[in-house]
Amino acid sequence: STSATNEEVHSEPCIHMITSLDEEDGTEMGEGDEWMQGKTLIKPLDQLDLTEAELKEEFTRILTANNPHAPQNIVRYSFKERSYKPISSVDQLAVHFVLEGNLLHQDSDEARRQRAKQEKATEGGGEERADSVESKAGKKEQKITNQFNFSERASQTLNNPLRERGCQTEPPPRANFSATANQWEIYDVYLEVLQKQEKNKEKAKAVPKKDDDKGKKKMMLVETQSDDITKVAKVAKIIERMVNQNTFDDIAQDFKYFEDASDEYREQEGTLLPLWKFQYDKAKRLSVTALCWNESYKDLFAVGLGSYDFTKQGRGMLVFYSLKNSTFPEYIYPTTSGILCLDIHKHLPYLVAVGFYDGCVAVYNLKEETLQPIYKSTAKSGKHTDPVWQVKWQKDDMDNNHNFFSVSSDGRVVSWTLVKNELVFTDIIKLSLAGAVSEGPEGVQLPIMACGTSFDFHKQIDYLFLVGTEEGKIHKCSKAYSSQFLETYNAHNMAVDAVKWNHFHTKVFISCSSDWTVKIWDHTIKTPMFTFDLNASVGDVAWSPYSSTVFAAVTTDGKVHTFDLSINKYEAICQQPVVAKKKTKLTHIEFNPVYPIIIVGDDRGYVTSLKLSPNLRKKPKEKKGQELPKGPEVEIAKMEKLLSLLREPENSNA
Amino acid sequence: MAEVEETLKRIQGQKGVQGIIIVNAEGIPIKTTLDNSSTVQYAGLIHQLVMKARTTVRDIDPQNDLTFLRVRSKKNEIMIAPDKDYFLIVIQNPSD
Repeated sequence: STSATNEEVHSEPCIHMITSLDEEDGTEMGEGDEWMQGKTLIKPLDQLDLTEAELKEEFTRILTANNPHAPQNIVRYSFKERSYKPISSVDQLAVHFVLEGNLLHQDSDEARRQRAKQEKATEGGGEERADSVESKAGKKEQKITNQFNFSERASQTLNNPLRERGCQTEPPPRANFSATANQWEIYDVYLEVLQKQEKNKEKAKAVPKKDDDKGKKKMMLVETQSDDITKVAKVAKIIERMVNQNTFDDIAQDFKYFEDASDEYREQEGTLLPLWKFQYDKAKRLSVTALCWNESYKDLFAVGLGSYDFTKQGRGMLVFYSLKNSTFPEYIYPTTSGILCLDIHKHLPYLVAVGFYDGCVAVYNLKEETLQPIYKSTAKSGKHTDPVWQVKWQKDDMDNNHNFFSVSSDGRVVSWTLVKNELVFTDIIKLSLAGAVSEGPEGVQLPIMACGTSFDFHKQIDYLFLVGTEEGKIHKCSKAYSSQFLETYNAHNMAVDAVKWNHFHTKVFISCSSDWTVKIWDHTIKTPMFTFDLNASVGDVAWSPYSSTVFAAVTTDGKVHTFDLSINKYEAICQQPVVAKKKTKLTHIEFNPVYPIIIVGDDRGYVTSLKLSPNLRKKPKEKKGQELPKGPEVEIAKMEKLLSLLREPENSNA
Repeated sequence: MAEVEETLKRIQGQKGVQGIIIVNAEGIPIKTTLDNSSTVQYAGLIHQLVMKARTTVRDIDPQNDLTFLRVRSKKNEIMIAPDKDYFLIVIQNPSD
């Protein structure tokens, strides 16, 4: 700082400075003075008024190196002495201006590096210059992008104003779905898929036709219309049987479990316990003319209805009952003519052969929906001219066609073969009355035909069969010989109503007739082994399927006679009336192949089922210690023993 | 069609039968011989019972299926025969 007088306090024009300078520097002022003397002094208004003595007062100013802005009393806290202590020296440096330079010392490292770079550049440039004349045409200097001088440019485009637009649709219809996935549901679905696949395969195989399509369309329509009640048919049937079981509960229990305990006290006699009674309203006036059990369905049996009365011939009926439902038949087939006989095929339980009073034979198929037979013989196709008394199915012939035999009063035994759509007949044998010859027209002698009334085929020997005639004779015939009999037995005095081979013993057969007798024969011997007189016309006789010595016969006085030859050779062990009204005639009897029951038909259209008491079902007694022998051999042996007893006295007599 | 009607009539005519109800797969009775309230009650309750019984049988062996169900009580017996789409309920008093 420079020392100055009071007068220099103001920032005044040069005039004041000059006046003060006059005092200090005379020489220079002299020159200046001459120049500037022309100006007059002006006093500012707010200038301090000072006295001359005050004006001449001198103030000394000293130049020091102290920074006036530097703090003079900085105090620092000392942790050591735990008090504030003034700092001894304070930095007096004041920085007015800083400018960083870009000059390097030539010997420093950086300078050396730069120099090296420069030299390279100049050398390269020098080389280039040396070659440049040559390579000027070819080379183009590659421009190296400047990594440091990179600048980013951005620009903003106009943002389009956003507008929201929406529309609402109708919500799709929703439904709640729930299901369970059980093991059986999965199984069901798999089965359905399988079936569909199989159907598709079949459709692919079958050739589609236009007619088929139309037919299918019609089928579809029909199905959709009737969906209510028809589907319940099967279930309704089950229910009906259940209800019947309830209603006839005691009978069902008896059938299954009841065994007459009192048989133990009755030595040899047995009883028949009545079970269900089968009747059909529309068949009330008809008599039962044929009975047959079904081999495959052991509870199903067929009843043929017609009339034995020559004068009262009308319609007939074929009815099937099941033991499970005694109130209503399972199948009903009304026929125009009375039925006289029927037979169910052993292996095909749905084929039924029927013989009529008017001489026709027919075959029904139970599987078919129609009520008509699938085959029927006509006058052209060799039907009998007289009532057909018996039909029996045979084994399939060599062409695998089903065939059956029939015997009739016109004296013919005919074989019918089911060939495709028709019945082909073959006369097997003509029953001629031996010796009896009638005078025909023009003197030709015609043999009189005997009337066949029954026949039966041997169980083992296929070609052998017996025919019973109205004259009371039984002929043993063979399928091979058409005109001659193998044997003739003078069996009865009246028509032979039934002739049956024994189920076990191959030589024995039984016959019954309206002459009140039942006779048992050995077919090698011309006279009967046993003869039983039953005091009334015998309608039918049947061997039992479980024993070779048990058989039953029905008579017109309403009684069932049951015999067991191994127990009593002379009398029936059971003689029981089975129908309420005494006037009812029993017409037919059949043993059930499995259950211990018999069915009996009468001339009022009823079928009664009866259970055989234990005494009637006796098996041979086993000796103590030995096993009970089973099988048909036992039965045969039993019968043989009986027969041998009979033969011995004959031999001894002879 | 007529055959089924006849069968149902015969069942109804049997001794002791109090009523027959035919119910479809959803549990709605389509034919009945009882009064409305009983029918609805029977149909609803028995439907559940049949479903349960059927599930039980089929869970044990999926190839098996329920053929019929009998519920015997003090006063009567309810017999149910289920089918694929329908089931038939018959109420009988067997001791009548």
